[in-house]
Amino acid sequence: MSAVLEGHTTDHHHGPAKGLWRWVLTTNHKDIGTLYLWFSFAMFLFGGTLAFVIRAELFQPGLQIVEPNFFNQMTTMHGLVMVFGAVMPAFVGLANWLVPMMIGAPDMAMPRMNNWSFWILPFAFAMLSSTLLMDGGGPNFGWTFYAPLSTTYAPPSTVLFILSIHMMGISSIMGAINIIATVLNLRAPGMTLMKMPLFVWTWLITAFLLIAVMPVLAGVVTMMLMDISFGTSFFSAAGGGDPVLFQHVFWFFGHPEVYIMILPAFGVVSAIIPAFARKPLFGYTSMVYATASIAFLSFIVWAHHMFTVGMPITGELYFMYATMLIAVPTGVKVFNWITTMFKGSLTFETPMLFATAFVILFTIGGFSGLMLAIAPADFQYHDTYFVVAHFHYVLVPGAIFGIMAGIYYWLPKWTGHMYDETMGKVHFWLSFIGMNLAFFPMHFTGLAGMPRRIPDYALQFANFNMLSSVGAFLFGFTQLLFLFIVIKCIIGGKKASAKPWEGAEGLEWMLPSPAPYHTFTTPPEVK
Amino acid sequence: MAMDSSVKKTTLKLVLLTLAMFCFGFAMVPLYDVFCQVTGINGKTNSTPYQYQAEQVAIDDSRTITIQFVTNKNDGMGWEFYPKTTELKVHPGQFNSVIFFAHNPSKQAMVAQAIPSITPFDAADYLHKTECFCFSQQRLASGEEVDMPMRFVIDQALPKHIKKLTLSYTLFDVTP
Amino acid sequence: MLLALRQPQLLGLGLLWCTGYAQADWATNMREGVTAVSQSIYNLHMTIFWICVVIGIIVFGVMFWSMLMHRKSRGAKPATFHENTLVEIIWTTIPFLILVFMAIPASKTLIEAYNADEAEIDIKITGYQWKWKYDYLNEKIGYFSNLSTPRDEINNLKPKNANYLLEVDEPVVVPVNKKVRFLITSADVIHSWWVPELAVKKDAIPGFINEAWTKIEKPGTYRGQCTELCGKDHGFMPIVIEAKSEEDYQLWLASKQEQAEKEKELTSKEWTMDELMTRGEKVYNTTCAVCHQPNGEGMPPVFPALKGSTLITTGDVKNHIDIIVNGKQGTAMQAFGKQLSEVDIAAVTTYERNAWGNNKGDMVTPQDIVKFNEAAQ
Repeated sequence: MSAVLEGHTTDHHHGPAKGLWRWVLTTNHKDIGTLYLWFSFAMFLFGGTLAFVIRAELFQPGLQIVEPNFFNQMTTMHGLVMVFGAVMPAFVGLANWLVPMMIGAPDMAMPRMNNWSFWILPFAFAMLSSTLLMDGGGPNFGWTFYAPLSTTYAPPSTVLFILSIHMMGISSIMGAINIIATVLNLRAPGMTLMKMPLFVWTWLITAFLLIAVMPVLAGVVTMMLMDISFGTSFFSAAGGGDPVLFQHVFWFFGHPEVYIMILPAFGVVSAIIPAFARKPLFGYTSMVYATASIAFLSFIVWAHHMFTVGMPITGELYFMYATMLIAVPTGVKVFNWITTMFKGSLTFETPMLFATAFVILFTIGGFSGLMLAIAPADFQYHDTYFVVAHFHYVLVPGAIFGIMAGIYYWLPKWTGHMYDETMGKVHFWLSFIGMNLAFFPMHFTGLAGMPRRIPDYALQFANFNMLSSVGAFLFGFTQLLFLFIVIKCIIGGKKASAKPWEGAEGLEWMLPSPAPYHTFTTPPEVK
Repeated sequence: MAMDSSVKKTTLKLVLLTLAMFCFGFAMVPLYDVFCQVTGINGKTNSTPYQYQAEQVAIDDSRTITIQFVTNKNDGMGWEFYPKTTELKVHPGQFNSVIFFAHNPSKQAMVAQAIPSITPFDAADYLHKTECFCFSQQRLASGEEVDMPMRFVIDQALPKHIKKLTLSYTLFDVTP
Repeated sequence: MLLALRQPQLLGLGLLWCTGYAQADWATNMREGVTAVSQSIYNLHMTIFWICVVIGIIVFGVMFWSMLMHRKSRGAKPATFHENTLVEIIWTTIPFLILVFMAIPASKTLIEAYNADEAEIDIKITGYQWKWKYDYLNEKIGYFSNLSTPRDEINNLKPKNANYLLEVDEPVVVPVNKKVRFLITSADVIHSWWVPELAVKKDAIPGFINEAWTKIEKPGTYRGQCTELCGKDHGFMPIVIEAKSEEDYQLWLASKQEQAEKEKELTSKEWTMDELMTRGEKVYNTTCAVCHQPNGEGMPPVFPALKGSTLITTGDVKNHIDIIVNGKQGTAMQAFGKQLSEVDIAAVTTYERNAWGNNKGDMVTPQDIVKFNEAAQ
């Protein structure tokens, strides 16, 4: 792959405007990417603070710090903030920064809409967070908000919760439309689909998932709103509805949603591992197909979240088999990454450390996922801490480590400086230890019988809960170090060359570091 | 940067897809009902009278099915509500009738809706109700009592392994 | 936090290994349980677990080998291979075959767990916010089962007992070696009834019934919890099931029916103020204190204070009884008329009117409640 680079901005393109208005009015994909990433980090700290409340309450048996109802608000908001506020915007931020640079486009296809997609988010989350201060409290029905707990029995603030979900949905959908339009229309000459970096591929597929399921989420919260405010009974048996219908519609959104949160991380890791193995990605084509198969399967397995709801046995069997199938393409991806490392020339800078931990720990999360797929065994696992352990293993060392790996990897390109490698490694190791200490014991408490979403527990779970809390605090506080490293790197540090990583591949590394405000205004030529 | 026409086209398609998926979310409601009827999820039974035609139905004396009647009252429902017969032994194809008793002890008139549910689920398709108080809402004045009939027939095609059915009614307060 | 400071031995990582709870243990695995189904689920769980371990050892083995041997610092030169269709086909097929191998025992166990035919005892289980009700359909008895852990233990004012949060006032009792069918439903939100030793977990859904069954092989007491978030006290509605021999079960049934008779007699007995207050306090603490708090101060705005409430507890007696018996529409206050006996309603009304400085001085007797109910007819 080679490209003809355009050296400088032409006169009708300006540098960034000055002051606050630059950020409010910007239509530049790099600025918007930066906004998304900072917003996501702020939400990550907010969601983490909520997790601190949870882990502090669970540090030992008995009610010490918060009331049960407030505890429920904490678990609910922690889930919502982390899913919709931290993980998803972080990936959109990465996409904004990287997709145009990777495919040789000057910007996103619809820069103004891009600005709007971002600026909806702070308002949505301000509204969502404000419910915590309202009479009757914020949402307390879990991030899955099962009816009728979230309709007939919900606090009055639920209407605001629904509105904020709508706003987040609109933001995500607009972001997704923008990414698809960019990838399909603005690729540089010669950049065929099968030459695109895997990150672009995984994001293209993710964007389609978003467009397919965010409207369904919008539909389900609209039905809730109608049940609460307009007397319909979609989810109330009294009027001929069915609370189980809620769960079907919700998980039709919810299952693809979990892949929305992991596929872009697959893309990041598929860029980093070859770079630090100094060897091309093994099985590019099969990676693309595996991603597409995972995306397809995600639409037909949703009811595996509902094995105990009382489905007919044929339904249970079907959803069990379909879910088990997901292990096949996921396995292919893991095997490909490992084969990429095999016989490479490996070094372990911070991005590679995160990427390697991603492969190992995500696979562990995959194993517990496979166990959960087995319907009869799920009768024992369902809604226990085993499930909590499972999804934190795929989300924390999966999605979050993927994001962090990506940030370390591209930070030199964004800022023009190298981050502090020693501190980066310390950040990795503390995160790694903290995260495992927090979440591994949850497998044990879950198997021993501790249900999730409880503010207090029986004495036999005390030891592992205390360990989990210690790990959670370690992991949480470590992230302040991450903030420090990033700020330090923005302010200064060793100058980064155009391609600071020996084995890195792709158009973005042909641009100078830091990447100029406007890039590829004349498309590069890809051979 | 002016939006070029190919971007416009893609965007339009994607917006249409978004709208279609939003509608699909709502379409899942009737789809789910059809799906429930086929698979018997939640043991939903017919919600309109079954057209009973005596000539089509032959009584299968070789099988005896136990059918159990259970009542529940949802949150806030103060009525007395119970079946006068709690268990019947019937033959498939045989026409049966049971009486449910309801009494409103509260000081105001109330409207109630009974929601049926049956286990095992795979029996749901084979219990046909020709008359049921659950087909409509029930209004009782303060202190009023009523005997409500429920007539049904069990289909001869009921799967062989099923020997016992439980029919449950949950009474909901739907007073406007 | 404040309470944590009163138990300084619990603070700090250094003391992690002696948390002060004799019952705290390091159990890491699923329990085998006491039914055929729970044991086959346990075996299934272990089989899949070991398959995952073996796959993990192979996959991570290769990975760690590369990480150690193919380092740049060891002078490794990168190979250039990046594609091999045969390998891809192999590592698609082998996992698929392993999955088929897993699916066979899984399907068998599932079919076994779903076969509730020919049960000898039917128990209807109803989930309420936040307690369970058990109705023995053929034996015609039914009762509520509430958490019995004292509030003081939950609030760290007293040491916690061994069955902390896993104890109830009235367990559900079943005979061993008999197939028991559970019909599970709910009166408000979705709950889920789970006893790990039986491997029975089924959602309780308002308006619909679900079916599950068990056949316990070993007499004993087995404990579980609600496993579907159902609101504030989701963590405080445990399940205790006692499996007894057939004779003991029959004795229990008889005593249960006798108890119901006695309850009727109590209604006609002459009660003193002290007796009513003592009984009322007990009823209040199991039934009302969850929301209105042991000190009667409630948790406004959802759960109003009873202490000094001119509207209810120190107002008109009829109105007070009406709210307890029939609940209050549009609020979280349920109708307790069917859940509590006349004696209990009388006692708790008396208690609420005279506790926490309310001092109305009036006394409500069980006969008053009987009269109230008759008047409502």
